[in-house]
Amino acid sequence: MDLKPGAGGQRVNRLVDPFAQISYHFLQFLWRTLHLLVSLWYLQVSMVQMIEGFLISSGLVKRYGALDIDKVRYLAIVVDSEEAYQISKVIQLLKWVEDMGVKHLCLYDSKGVLKTNKKTIMESLNNAMPFEEAVEKDVLLDQKQMTVEFASSSDGKEAITRAANVLFMKYLKYAKTGVGKEEPCFTEDQMDEALKAIGYKGPEPDLLLIYGPVRCHLGFSPWRLRYTEMVHMGPLRYMNLGSLKKAIHRFTTVQQNYGT
Amino acid sequence: MELYNGERPSVFRLLGKYMRKGLYSILTQGPIPTHIAFILDGNRRFAKKHKLPEGGGHKAGFLALLNVLTYCYELGVKYATIYAFSIDNFRRKPHEVQYVMDLMLEKIEGMIMEESIINAYDICVRFVGNLKLLSEPVKTAADKIMRATANNSKCVLLIAVCYTSTDEIVHAVEESSELNSNEVCANQELEEANATGSGTVIQIENMESYSGIKLVDLEKNTYINPYPDVLIRTSGETRLSNYLLWQTTNCILDSPHALWPEIGLRHVVWAVINCQRHYSYLEKHKEYLK
Repeated sequence: MDLKPGAGGQRVNRLVDPFAQISYHFLQFLWRTLHLLVSLWYLQVSMVQMIEGFLISSGLVKRYGALDIDKVRYLAIVVDSEEAYQISKVIQLLKWVEDMGVKHLCLYDSKGVLKTNKKTIMESLNNAMPFEEAVEKDVLLDQKQMTVEFASSSDGKEAITRAANVLFMKYLKYAKTGVGKEEPCFTEDQMDEALKAIGYKGPEPDLLLIYGPVRCHLGFSPWRLRYTEMVHMGPLRYMNLGSLKKAIHRFTTVQQNYGT
Repeated sequence: MELYNGERPSVFRLLGKYMRKGLYSILTQGPIPTHIAFILDGNRRFAKKHKLPEGGGHKAGFLALLNVLTYCYELGVKYATIYAFSIDNFRRKPHEVQYVMDLMLEKIEGMIMEESIINAYDICVRFVGNLKLLSEPVKTAADKIMRATANNSKCVLLIAVCYTSTDEIVHAVEESSELNSNEVCANQELEEANATGSGTVIQIENMESYSGIKLVDLEKNTYINPYPDVLIRTSGETRLSNYLLWQTTNCILDSPHALWPEIGLRHVVWAVINCQRHYSYLEKHKEYLK
């Protein structure tokens, strides 16, 4: 955690009055003390989660013994790009996911570190196939292998921009042939089709696990997150099988209204 | 400034006000988020939990909303966005939809009156979303309050109604397409004028080269700007439900277990503290994506 003083911190140069200086330093002290207490709180929470994760991994907590993994039709994992360089940890995580029976997985980090290491990662998995290959061979519904999709920030907003240009070109073509100029009018289905046409066929994940310092999706495709449950798993270096099982178990108990 | 939380003896109100000021003076030693977004989840569960009549949860939720907005603006948060009504919510029972629309109309009309939080904090109110889907009376009232507060500049309240992110993205594509098609037409006219020699000869170097819709075009045409620093969804739910999907790339997602009418100062303060803890990390990520 890197605390940065705000506007209060920049006032020090203008403080001439000694009382104002004292109160400024006192408030800074209180602010840092507050953040220290919060950090201690999070440390305590992390330790409890690690112990709980260990107990779940050991099978001592029966509640997480049997997982209804079929409810997780498509799992996404977001990894902070700096942490994504820990390829061995990523591979271990994917092996856990594969052993649990997840059939479709999307791996994302904003800088594309995981994409760069795609070959290494795929070779380490026993029975997995790249998503693009599964789409080409039309074996997405085949339950024998886990499909793995690799994504980065260029597959998010930039992909939507490319799809927008597909729709725009169609509109220009229509406008040229039509009588008079109509305003462009697109639908969400047309946007879906445009994304598929430029190669973005990945579905919306049911569950998105975030490994990193913050609960933030870091630019995962906005078009694919409408009703996705997002769970923060903490830093990748502290990952454990028990926390993964607990997150998936919790997801299987969620009921969504979809706005109704 | 008044707290809209029912009757309270004024000495407690004053004490609460000064304690909050003390807390804010500590918090403002660090960066304060510019924009906080809220998903108001849990009104119906609150009504069920407290055995309130139908609509009681939404009324309690509105009081909670006024308190939360007060805390935000006192702390110096400039923008607050609330998810008041989703396009998906039209699929609820008709009488429930009508109740929410009537409540919205009643509260918008109340906001225009004197002594409201809007005037107390010099708030500019903007309704964002596919407003064509609103009923006429609500649309008229919304337009009225937007015009009445257009010159307010201290704080901004964005109320997302008839909104979903996917609808917003499609809308941004439509707007960008229209702007770009005007540019294409203008370029074609210039080319034709040069080719036929009619009118003034335009120098080639003055013609803009056309490169299609860019990401910055879509960013400019979304309903909600600037992007939030923190998004708080109450009731412990961990999804965004088609809300601010585009804008939350670098946004902390907070899911307190409290139902929306139970939200209080501690939840806002906790969100601000978490924002301060991760401020540098998220700023670095924003820079990378630029």
